[in-house]
Amino acid sequence: MPTVAPIDLDDHCLATEFLGDVPVFALASGQVVRLDHGTHRHEFHDGLLATAVTWDGKGLITGGEDGKVMRLNADGSEVTLRGPARKWVSVVAAGPQNAVAFADGKTATVLLADGNEKTFEEARTIEGLAFAPKGLRLAMARYNGVSLSFVQGSAPALDFEWKGAHNQVMFSPDGRFLVTAMQENALHGWKLDGKPGSEQRHMRMTGYPAKVKSLSWSSKGKWLASSGAPSAIVWPFASKDGPMGKAPLELGQRADTMVTCVACHPAEDLVAIGFGDGMVLAVRIADSKEALLRRPGKGPITAMAWNKPGRLLAFGSQAGDCGVVDIAG
Amino acid sequence: MSEAPVTTPVAPIPVTVLTGYLGSGKTTLLNRILSEPHGKRYAVIVNEFGEIGIDNDLIVESDEEIYEMNNGCVCCTVRGDLIRVVEGLMRRPGRFDAIIVETTGLADPVPVAQTFFMDDDVRAKTRLDAVVALVDARHLPARLKDSREAEDQIAFADVVVLNKTDLVTPEELEAVERTVRAINPSARIHRTERAAVPLDAVLDRGAFDLSRALDNDPHFLDHGHPDHACGPDCDHDHDHEHHHHGHDHDHHGHAHHDHAAPADIHDLTIKSISLRAGPLNPKRFFPWIEKITQMEGPNILRLKGIIAFEDDADRYVIQGVHMIVEGDHQRAWKEDEKRESRLVFIGRDLDREKLERTFLACQA
Repeated sequence: MPTVAPIDLDDHCLATEFLGDVPVFALASGQVVRLDHGTHRHEFHDGLLATAVTWDGKGLITGGEDGKVMRLNADGSEVTLRGPARKWVSVVAAGPQNAVAFADGKTATVLLADGNEKTFEEARTIEGLAFAPKGLRLAMARYNGVSLSFVQGSAPALDFEWKGAHNQVMFSPDGRFLVTAMQENALHGWKLDGKPGSEQRHMRMTGYPAKVKSLSWSSKGKWLASSGAPSAIVWPFASKDGPMGKAPLELGQRADTMVTCVACHPAEDLVAIGFGDGMVLAVRIADSKEALLRRPGKGPITAMAWNKPGRLLAFGSQAGDCGVVDIAG
Repeated sequence: MSEAPVTTPVAPIPVTVLTGYLGSGKTTLLNRILSEPHGKRYAVIVNEFGEIGIDNDLIVESDEEIYEMNNGCVCCTVRGDLIRVVEGLMRRPGRFDAIIVETTGLADPVPVAQTFFMDDDVRAKTRLDAVVALVDARHLPARLKDSREAEDQIAFADVVVLNKTDLVTPEELEAVERTVRAINPSARIHRTERAAVPLDAVLDRGAFDLSRALDNDPHFLDHGHPDHACGPDCDHDHDHEHHHHGHDHDHHGHAHHDHAAPADIHDLTIKSISLRAGPLNPKRFFPWIEKITQMEGPNILRLKGIIAFEDDADRYVIQGVHMIVEGDHQRAWKEDEKRESRLVFIGRDLDREKLERTFLACQA
């Protein structure tokens, strides 16, 4: 039986991650709470807006209303990557070679491990950032599509166009697909492994009753789970054309509330599904078998993360009733 | 559908939208709002940190981002930056009591307002309180000649602050007010100098919400109609007593009694059309309003109405922006109320004859 170790943080939890075995909770007020033999509070921002975990899993990158970009390490050490500035840092991303990217308004900045900086200007506000799994390439989501730039060198950005506002962007783990969440209740995808110069291959993933805010790839990139419906919508990406022409799975359907957060297990084809009433289910993709991980709580689930072995699941809610589930009990 | 339906509902935060051309006094008004002791805390969303900025106030700089919605409707636009900023602000409630959005001088007010209809998250947590347009009394005639935005801002406003009245003659002021009235008969007009309008005249008005606007002023939709004579208790744009000229209240109304008179300025492209009919048949009215807003949506800036349906004890209020229309039952008709349907369109290139004829055809 799964057991839940609750922690009440009394604030909107924006994100949770494991740094090694240490769970951290990023709160909208600007605090990051670290659970390592006691509760440690790090005052990072006056208003925290965005987080990303580094690729080695050792650091949490945060951006805030105060324009700052910070890094927290598992041992509690703090690094200021960028000091206070006027504009909100509304999105951050971590990449290979310890690169960090953040965007404020129409500018994206990449901080390289060697101390160098590169900036990218877009015509419209950058709403999503993601590094490609291979090579140092940065995808920037904005109105009417995504720009994909090499961080080094001066090659012009590739333009992936699709009409409408794109709020979030991510690559599939194998780098074959680029997917965005849109202002409309839809996802959009592009196939990246076409021949150079060939026509762009689009994937439209629509039919959501609400905006998609949470996305998670299964461990080998075979599935993409998403929120925005009364069940977790899970798109099949195993074949070379992705989900085109295929219906998604609908897992963990509830009648009276919506899925607000999804997190795929790091090894198994299993999805943790968080709901508007605070309930968390684990559902196996192969047979839709469900297990209750947490009963309904005070607010919608807003954040979830598995530790690397996949035994612990940290979760956070809009009301601040957070916790860690041990699925083996 | 909201993604967060289960938490205890928090009262939606009121949002005031301030529009107005460069030099109309927006910044002066905003600074007054931020500095006068009124016990309220505001979060202000500005396009640029200009001359405003008082310590401890929550001021967010945001690039105006107009997003067309991907639904095939060219007039369905929202402000993407507002969605993002409001979402961020609302994650930390308790820091402020209300939000003010200051738009740039040239801004189109429509996407701002539509954001509060079209985005589920914004809609769940906030309510549009009023669109306030500041107008420079001296320069309005020139602005109307060279820009469509100045006219749009007035047409779209719930409250018009006619500022810098000390820089024009009384005759010029009357003419400017007639012009404003011709563009927008239902807006509440305040004459001021140096943006010295009482703050309660622009904040927390509930003016965008037609039900509340009607509670505050039952004759709201009658102003500008030739049949309507404002009585002494009429609360409609009589706030002249607040301004510095010291009008005797008994004299309040030269302007407002002839607000349906034609404007002296011929550069107007927006007009308002007020329609009246008896009780309607809902089976005719709903398909009709849907069709009108589908076909004429791009030309309709605002529509507001109170509808009497046959065999229905309650008044039905309806309002719209371009193709978006919302309606609901408001309250029971009172004994002494005439059960009639009234509908006002404010827009461009609207065919009065056709609207009137087809509206009348919806009668029961």
